[in-house]
Amino acid sequence: MAEAPQQQQEEEEEEEQPSSVEETEADEESEEEAKESVHTTPPRPLLSMRSMSTVDPDDDSPNMIVYRKIEDIVTLIQDEEEGVPIRTVKSFMTKIPSVVTGTDIVQWLMKNLAIEDPAEAMHIGSLIAAQGYFFPISDHVLSLKDDGTFYRFQAPYFWPSNCWEPENTDYAIYLCKRTMQNKTRLELADYEAENLARLQRAFARKWEFIYMQAEAQVKIDRKKDKTERKILDSQERAFWDVHRPVPGCVNTTEMDIRKCRRMKNPHRVKKSVYGLVEEGTQSQSPILTPSHHCRKGTKEDVEKEILFLNTQIDRHRMKMSKVAESLISYTDQYMDYDQFVTAQEPANPWNSDDPSLWELEASKEPSQQRVKKWGFSLEEALKDPAGQELFLKFLESEFSSENLRFWLAVQDMKRRPQQDVAQRAEDIWAEFLAEGAPSSINLDSHSYERTSQNLKDPGRYSYEDAQDHIYKLMKSDSYTRFLRSNVYQDLLMAKKKPETEQGRRTSLEKFTRSVGKSLTGKRLTGLMQSS
Amino acid sequence: MCDQTFVAATFGPCECCEKASPLMNIYIKAEAINYCSFCVEVMACAGLTAGESVASLKKESETLKKKLEEERGKLSDIELNQVAEKVEVLGALAIKTRRVLKGHGNKVLCMDWCKDKRRIVSSSQDGKVIVWDAFTLNKEHGLNLPCTWVMACAYAPSGCAVACGGLDNKCSVFPLSLDKNENLNAKKKSVAMHTNYVSGCTFTSSDMQLLTSSGDGTCALWDVESGQLLQSFHGHTADVLSLDLAPSETGNTFVSGGSDRKSNIWDMRSGQNVQSFESHESDINCVKYYPSGDAFASASDDATCRFFDLRADREVAVYQKDSVIFGASTLDFSLSGRLLFAGYNDYTINVWDVLKGTRASILFGHENRVSRVRVSPDGTALCSASWDNTLRIWS
Repeated sequence: MAEAPQQQQEEEEEEEQPSSVEETEADEESEEEAKESVHTTPPRPLLSMRSMSTVDPDDDSPNMIVYRKIEDIVTLIQDEEEGVPIRTVKSFMTKIPSVVTGTDIVQWLMKNLAIEDPAEAMHIGSLIAAQGYFFPISDHVLSLKDDGTFYRFQAPYFWPSNCWEPENTDYAIYLCKRTMQNKTRLELADYEAENLARLQRAFARKWEFIYMQAEAQVKIDRKKDKTERKILDSQERAFWDVHRPVPGCVNTTEMDIRKCRRMKNPHRVKKSVYGLVEEGTQSQSPILTPSHHCRKGTKEDVEKEILFLNTQIDRHRMKMSKVAESLISYTDQYMDYDQFVTAQEPANPWNSDDPSLWELEASKEPSQQRVKKWGFSLEEALKDPAGQELFLKFLESEFSSENLRFWLAVQDMKRRPQQDVAQRAEDIWAEFLAEGAPSSINLDSHSYERTSQNLKDPGRYSYEDAQDHIYKLMKSDSYTRFLRSNVYQDLLMAKKKPETEQGRRTSLEKFTRSVGKSLTGKRLTGLMQSS
Repeated sequence: MCDQTFVAATFGPCECCEKASPLMNIYIKAEAINYCSFCVEVMACAGLTAGESVASLKKESETLKKKLEEERGKLSDIELNQVAEKVEVLGALAIKTRRVLKGHGNKVLCMDWCKDKRRIVSSSQDGKVIVWDAFTLNKEHGLNLPCTWVMACAYAPSGCAVACGGLDNKCSVFPLSLDKNENLNAKKKSVAMHTNYVSGCTFTSSDMQLLTSSGDGTCALWDVESGQLLQSFHGHTADVLSLDLAPSETGNTFVSGGSDRKSNIWDMRSGQNVQSFESHESDINCVKYYPSGDAFASASDDATCRFFDLRADREVAVYQKDSVIFGASTLDFSLSGRLLFAGYNDYTINVWDVLKGTRASILFGHENRVSRVRVSPDGTALCSASWDNTLRIWS
C-alpha cells in the first residue's frame, strides 16, 4: 500500500482501530494556503504508481477494477502539483479545514478526463461521491454541484475497496454517539432519528452494550484536537451516507448477484468499524463460496484447447481493408432505413404519438422503401412476408416454385416441436425428393445421396446440405431474374412516377395482381405454412 | 539387481503387482499402502509424467495462442476507423426519452421487444414479469415468479408467449392469455434446467426452441414442447453472462460471452465452438450481433465495448473514453449498424459511432445502473431497463 507523505489534505490515523485494518499514515498538517494547480496536464494523467489505491493490483474482480480507477483519480486530484486547491476556509467565527469547491472539482475533471460538457463532469463526479470517495460537508446527499459548495475527500480507511459491510450494531453505536454530542451540526436528520428508533427496538436486549460502546467512542473522540475532530466526524458521517443512504438515494453498495460469488477473499470476516470484537459479530460473509470460479484446466481441457487453437490458426481470414469496406457499405445501404439517423415518412410513432407508420406497414400495400429493400439480398426478400409472397408468385408464373417451396418447408420443419420433426422430414421427402415426387427439385447426386442417408434417421438437420444447395441456386438464378422481372420492377417504380405513367401502370399492376390471385388459390399445399 | 536398500518390515504379495516381495510400508494421504519397491517407483514416476504433461501442454497452448494472434495480425493492413474517415460524419442526434414505464417495485434486470414493435416484456429483481404496450404505457399482463432476480426474459416470435428465468436455475415459458383474469402461472411450462442461474434466454426462429445461457458455464438449446435438451454448448470456463442469435434466416450460429472474458461463436447443429475471441480485461456482460451477422460487439466490466469481425477473425474497434470508468453492462446496434447503444453502471447510455469509433451522444436520465438496452424490431426506438425500477423508451 502506497504512502503519500506529500499530501496536503489532512487524513486521519485511526489509532483506535484494531491493527488488522489497513490504514494510511496521517499527515498532521496545520492549515495551509492553497497552491496553484499546474495547468498543463500530462496526456494520460492517471498514475497508478503514485496512487494511494488500496486495491490489490492482482484483484481483477469487477468492483475492484472500478475502485482502482476511481482511486487513481482521487489520488491525483489531491495532488499538490496537479490537483485541486484544498484549503482551510475562514467562515464566521470558525475555520473550515481541508475543503475544495464543487466548481474546482468539476473543472479539474473536465481537464483531466477530457470531458467537454460540465454536465458530464458533474455526473461522473456525483458517482464518485456516491461511491464514497468525497462528500459535501453540509449534506447527506452525495452528489457534486458545479458551484461554491464545499467538499472534502474521504479517508482511505473508509474507502469502499476495503470491502466494508458494516453491521447494524456499528450503525447503532454511531447514531447513539451522535446523540451524545451536543452540537447542532451533529444533530440527527429525520431519517437518522427514525433509524435510531428502529434499531433501539431491534437491539433492545443489548442496548446497554451499544450505549457503552458509544460512550467509549465519544471519550476517544474528545481526546482529539478540534480540527481533526471536525474532519473525522464528517468523514465518518460520509461513510454512513454510503452504507445507510438517505431514503430515496441510490445505495451504491448493492451488488450484481452474478458477480457476488467471486469475492477474492472468501474468508472475509465482517469487521467492525469501531473495532468491536464480540462473539457473534465475527461472522462470515453469507456469499461465501469456495472460489470454484475458473473451472480447473484438466489435461483434457488443455488438450481440447490445443486442438481448437490449431484449427483456428489455419482458418481463412479476410483482409481488414476488405472487411472495413464491407461493413461500411452494409451500413451505408441501410442508413436510409435507420430511424435514429434518417428521419422517415411517415414520422416515427414514438416522437409523434401517431402510429400511422405501423398501420402502413401492416397494410397489404408495401411502401416503395420496403420494396427497395427486397433488392438488397435474397435474405431481405424472404424475411419480409410480402416480399416472400411476391417472389413466390413470380416463381409460380415461371412454373419453378418448387425450390422455394422446398426451402420454406424445411425452414418450417426446423421450427416445429421435436416430436413432429421426423414426420415432417418424411413428408418433405415424399413431396420434393422421392421418385416421382409431385414437386420434384433438382439436387446434384452427391447432395441427394447424403440427404437420403440422413433420412434413415430423420432429424432437424437432415436437409441442411440440400437446403444450402437450393438456396445458393435460388440466389444466383431465380432471385436475380426476379429483380429484373416486371412484377418486381413495377412495384418498385409504381409509386415513383404516379402522375405520368399511372394509367398504363395501374392496368398492368391490376393484370399482375389478378394473375397472382389465380395462382394463389392453387399453391397452398398442406406442407407449406402460408406467410 | 538388488534394490533392497530399505528395511523391509513386511514380506508378502504386493498390493499392485501381486508378486511376493519385500514390501515398502508407505502412506499416501493417510492411507497405508504396501507396494514392492518396483511398483512404488513406477507409481512415483507416473505421477511425475502426468504433472509434467499438463505443464508442458499448457506451455504449448500459450505458444499457440501467441501464434494465433500473430496470424490474426497478418491481414490487418488498416484499421476500421481509418477506412471510415471517408464516411460522412453523423449529424447531431436528437434522442430523447419518449416514455417512462413505471410499475416495477424493484430493479428491472431484463427486457425484450415483441415483433409487433410496440409491446415489451420486462423482468425484475423481485420476481415480477410485466408485459406492456409501451406505446400506450398500458400494462397488459403480470406474472409473479417464485424466485428473485429474474435476469432473463424473452418474447416469443409469435407474440403469444414469454420466457423468463433467473436464480431458480430454470427458464420457463408462459403462454399469454387474452383473458385478463386467467392466472398465467397455470399454463407455465418449465423448459430449461441448469445447475446455476440462468443469465440469458432467447427463442430461436420459432416459439418451439429456446436457447439459454447460465452461470453454470454452459449454453443450451431446448425443445419447448417437451423440455428436451436438444444441444448443449461447453467451452466457457466461467459463468456465461449473455448470448445472441445470429440474425440470418439461414444461420445456425450464436455468440456467447462470459466471466472468463471470452466470447465464443457456436454452431447450433453440432454444439461446436467455431470461433473464439479474448481481448477484454474483465467479464463480458453482453454480446450482440451486428445486423449483417458478419460481426458482433461485446460490453464488459473493463468499461469498454469492443467490435469483432468474424471474417477478419479479430477485434476491429474499441469504444472507450477516459471519462467512462464504470463497466458496460449491455449493448445493441441501431438498424443500420451505424450506431451502438451501450448501457453502463454509471447510469448513462453512450451512443457510439461504430465505424469511426467516436462517441456520438450520451443519454442521461436513469437514476441507477442501466441493465439492458434493446432497439425495437423496426429500429424506431431504443428501450432501456434500469436498477432505478423503470424502463425508458428513447427515439
